[in-house]
Amino acid sequence: MAGFNNIELITDRPLIDNLKEIEEVKKYFPDHAVIASLMVETREQWIQIIKDVENAGADGIELNFGCPHGMCERGMGSAVGQEPAVLKTIVEWVMDAAKIPVITKLTPNISDIREPGLAAVQGGTDALSLINTIKSIVGIDLDSYAPYPIVDGKGTNGGYCGPAVKPIALHMLRELAQHEKITKTPISGIGGIETWRDVVEFILLGASSVQVCTAVMHYGFGIVREMEAGLIQFMNEKGYDTIYDFVGKALPNVVEWKNLNLKHKVVANIDADKCIGCQLCYIACDDGAHQAIKITEGNRIPEIIDENCVGCNLCSLVCPVEECITMEKRDDGTQHLTWAERTEADTIPTDFNDDRAGGKGHFVPTVQDALKHRKG
Amino acid sequence: MAEYKKPTTEQEYLDNFAQKKPLMNPTEAYYESSRCLFCYDAPCMNACPTGIDIPLFIKQINTGNVKGAAKTIFDSNWIGNACGKVCPTGVLCEGACVYNGQDVPPLQIGRLQNFATEQVIREKTPLYAPGPDNGRQVAIVGAGPAGIAAACELRVMGYTVDIYEAKEKPSGLTVYGVAPYKITNEEVLDEMEYLQNQMGYDIHYQSPITTKEQIADLEKRYDAIFLGVGLGPTATLGIEGENLEGVVGAVEFIEELRMQKHKVEVPKNVVVIGGGNTAMDAASESARMGAENVYLVYRRSKDRMGAYGFEYELAVKSGVKGVFSAQPKALLGEGKVNGVSFYRTKDVNGKLEYGDETFTIDCDMVIKATGQAKMGSFLQMIDGLELDNRKRIKVNLESYQTTNPKYFAGGDAVNGGAEVVNGAYEGKQAAKGIHAWLNAL
Ligand SMILES: Cc1cc2nc3c(=O)[nH]c(=O)nc-3n(C[C@H](O)[C@H](O)[C@H](O)COP(=O)(O)OP(=O)(O)OC[C@H]3O[C@@H](n4cnc5c(N)ncnc54)[C@H](O)[C@@H]3O)c2cc1C
Ligand SMILES: Cc1cc2nc3c(=O)[nH]c(=O)nc-3n(C[C@H](O)[C@H](O)[C@H](O)COP(=O)(O)O)c2cc1C
Ligand code: SF4
Ligand code: SF4
Ligand code: SF4
Repeated sequence: MAGFNNIELITDRPLIDNLKEIEEVKKYFPDHAVIASLMVETREQWIQIIKDVENAGADGIELNFGCPHGMCERGMGSAVGQEPAVLKTIVEWVMDAAKIPVITKLTPNISDIREPGLAAVQGGTDALSLINTIKSIVGIDLDSYAPYPIVDGKGTNGGYCGPAVKPIALHMLRELAQHEKITKTPISGIGGIETWRDVVEFILLGASSVQVCTAVMHYGFGIVREMEAGLIQFMNEKGYDTIYDFVGKALPNVVEWKNLNLKHKVVANIDADKCIGCQLCYIACDDGAHQAIKITEGNRIPEIIDENCVGCNLCSLVCPVEECITMEKRDDGTQHLTWAERTEADTIPTDFNDDRAGGKGHFVPTVQDALKHRKG
Repeated sequence: MAEYKKPTTEQEYLDNFAQKKPLMNPTEAYYESSRCLFCYDAPCMNACPTGIDIPLFIKQINTGNVKGAAKTIFDSNWIGNACGKVCPTGVLCEGACVYNGQDVPPLQIGRLQNFATEQVIREKTPLYAPGPDNGRQVAIVGAGPAGIAAACELRVMGYTVDIYEAKEKPSGLTVYGVAPYKITNEEVLDEMEYLQNQMGYDIHYQSPITTKEQIADLEKRYDAIFLGVGLGPTATLGIEGENLEGVVGAVEFIEELRMQKHKVEVPKNVVVIGGGNTAMDAASESARMGAENVYLVYRRSKDRMGAYGFEYELAVKSGVKGVFSAQPKALLGEGKVNGVSFYRTKDVNGKLEYGDETFTIDCDMVIKATGQAKMGSFLQMIDGLELDNRKRIKVNLESYQTTNPKYFAGGDAVNGGAEVVNGAYEGKQAAKGIHAWLNAL
């Protein structure tokens, strides 16, 4: 399962039932925190509902500014999350009224996540969380021509979640965590978390807590056992006592493209003993990359043509065998040059034929070679 | 070791011959098909004698286009459904699957193939239609896999096709010879009906071609003739006692088994003579019919047997005992067979030697599985039709044209006895050969 798409709205149950449940959960699990997720419209409603959940025993509040369907049409959910000024105002109302900590939950349906993130911080939020679901249409029924899920012949956009959204969530998390005005605010990471590895990755990119929705909907709360066990093992192996020992530890290594070392050189290497001869690497490189893999008649095991390999690593991504294709470092590690430095030194290429672009030596197949897979 | 009770009803017979490759359900087909890597220049495809685009049909199953998958299969192999069930996939497509390279079970290609073709056959989904009539006629002798494949391919190209078949049913050894746990009679015949309904060729049953006059008549009435006659009855041993009651040929025994099922009487003690796949089948079938002692006797050592290892394993699992290095001397008994005497043999640098030492195995039935005779005498009636030194019809391996240009041939009669899938391939190639030859005239 890559992901779920839902068109569900916030609760249709009476508030009183939810408040009762918060109370009961606190009664049975006094050592655990309960955070109430809220979404209402007017300042009066916000003040009232905060009072209600505080009285029920909630330990914190999360402001849902993320729901991408239904609620936004009524001026709530992502309609708020997409308007930094409105978001900031509401956060200010809430901070004014709340005695317990407040997390502001952001929508990913925006081009620059830093804008609402910054607005929430300026409004005084105690913490941020992200991401909510991503606006989506998961498919079209080929008989009724309506999008899923079909509601009496029609469908609407929903919100997408689960493993497929993790890369998007990780990137947005990084953007907030690296922002100088946001970086001090605790962030709760959400989006596609299903395994211990996901948990560790979110923490390494700056989350000091994580939230899980889809994985629990799919496998039940029991799935958390695997995350917890793996997380603890990781921490033991690395010698960490608390999560805070490694929150954001990957952030210094996430840089802009222009700061990558252009002198870094890797070349693919095939382990012939492991190779099963599927030739996916060959066709991927031939049809989709740099024609840097060759096969010889009578031998299923492909060979890398070192001179043609640009180190793109496509082959290693498509290889179905564990650790069969590895990218081998070929530079001696003594040289360092970035695009930024070249810009500074005014040595960047200025037109398509500029030698300084570096691509002139790249392999160009003959027409016959390029057409060799053509059928008929 | 499995113990089989003598089957007394059709159901008991079917239970004793439970299908080795049962039909997949859609869930299994979905998960199994998702494992396929869609290899480039896929080795499985190269290992299929008919060159089915295996990664394509598996992907089609996985994306819910089962009908398209069936078409991909039949496009290369007209006997696609039977092949999925009876092909020795372990030494063909599945044996070549790249997963073997990491000791991961290969894709179950045969069962996936069957999953797709069974659906269109059951639902009678038309996938092909005869081409516009081109005014030419082709006669086919033999409605085995080779003959049927040739007929389908010729119909697509607009030829009128008449098949002359000695027996009552189509498909040749697929229904009369293959072991019942590989495919049921219904499965074989449903595919035959499905093909004939779409392609519209005529089959004249119980119409053996046996005389020079018949041959001359065919030559007069048809533009070309395809020979898909397969092999003949079981070869004789040439030793004493072959005419005793209870001595049968394997091919004849299996044919009776496939037609009469549980009604066939197999006595308690059976000796099967031979070391090929047919011997393995006959032995394991005797055991499944309730025989208590089945001895499979081969003249050389175990590793010299022609049979596939997995076929021998299967026979042993059904209770068969292997006896090696024993050459039959005589079949014993008066009127009825009651034993076989054997020489002990020695393999001296590949040459079989034996002295005076003999031993006897008591039995109530002897099944000879020492190869099928060739159709030599029939084939010699055709002018200019040359056979090789093993009595196989000589053909051009691209067009499958024989040394008499009007005749084309394929299947066991040409390859000396292979698999259904080879017959399917050669029949199709021969049809293309006929088309090319007639258009060049
Ligand atoms: C015991 C046994 C088990 C086998 N098991 C398998 C297996 O598990 N898997 C597999 O793939 N293959 C198996 N085979 C092999 C397979 O059955 C053959 O390779 C295949 O059937 C050959 O096809 P064909 O069309 O050449 O000949 P056949 O199938 O032999 O068909 C020839 C047809 O021609 C007819 N005929 C012959 N002479 C004349 C004539 N003069 N006039 C009219 N009609 C005539 C015959 O009646 C027959 O119907 C087995 C074979 C045997 C004997
Ligand atoms: C059925 C469903 C209902 C949801 N309802 C809410 C909601 O009411 N409030 C909210 O803040 N997020 C809601 N979400 C979003 C999740 O809390 C979470 O942000 C998102 O699904 C990404 O995380 P995941 O990949 O772990 O599911 C909902 C998600 C799903 C699948
Ligand atoms: S993708 Fe991997 S296993 Fe397949 S041929 Fe290439 S190196 Fe071998
Ligand atoms: S026809 Fe036989 S060999 Fe070919 S793919 Fe199908 S099962 Fe495999
Ligand atoms: S070799 Fe195996 S994995 Fe590769 S295409 Fe064939 S069936 Fe699929």
